[in-house]
Amino acid sequence: MTTGNRPLSPHLQVYKPQITSVLSIFHRFTGVGLAVGALMLAYWLNAAAYGPEAFERTQAFLTHWFGKLLLFGWTWALLYHLCNGIRHMFWDAGRGLEMPQVRASGWFVYIASVVLTLLAWTAGYGMLGGSY
Amino acid sequence: MSLRSDLGRVRGLGSANEGTSHWWAQRVTAIALIPLSLWFIYSAVTLVGIDRAGFKVWLNAPGSILLMTLFVIALFYHMQLGLQVVIEDYVHNERNKIVSLVLNKLVAIFFAVSSIIALIKVAFGG
Repeated sequence: MTTGNRPLSPHLQVYKPQITSVLSIFHRFTGVGLAVGALMLAYWLNAAAYGPEAFERTQAFLTHWFGKLLLFGWTWALLYHLCNGIRHMFWDAGRGLEMPQVRASGWFVYIASVVLTLLAWTAGYGMLGGSY
Repeated sequence: MSLRSDLGRVRGLGSANEGTSHWWAQRVTAIALIPLSLWFIYSAVTLVGIDRAGFKVWLNAPGSILLMTLFVIALFYHMQLGLQVVIEDYVHNERNKIVSLVLNKLVAIFFAVSSIIALIKVAFGG
């Protein structure tokens, strides 16, 4: 196929951010971030298989403030990617494709992901009686 | 020289030359991951700061190892499919693209299998 010197479409930076484009970018960003999270999960499981000391060290890292920051980020990324993935499936079924609906579902997904993340972390702290 | 038109050659294939199978697998793993991820987050919340002995007890509770194994399979499969699209979008050099795609598959399988073996070791080992 001839692709020669055709003009290229301008890239992301020339467009004004909109809820639709920003959430689309979030979907890919969270997906890549969750891939790193999946590697952390594999590391965590392998540490448990390796022995109690290795598991303790991994747990110590994850309960350190930096580890908790990562876990908080992964919690939101997972819940956002999950909620927005459901939004994608509605589109796949041909539903909710009018622009006002797309914007509304976008805000709904964004708010739902934040609320669910805060709920999960409140529950997590509740489990410990606030000891961490 | 082929007599097929450009359109005929690419119809139904897409950038990775594999048609809709990728799209379909991504949706199937996504559907599986909805309940599995929610279960995993719920479990992770209950496992905050746990020691290895506690983790082993949890893993031996009914359903834990089954759901963890299913979660790991669906997660790494879905991860591989998603990263494949990212590679196809941004890696334009043909050689680098193929190397990245192969590495992506091998790394995903490595981490999935090692996770499952780790789960079995913890659940049934000492």
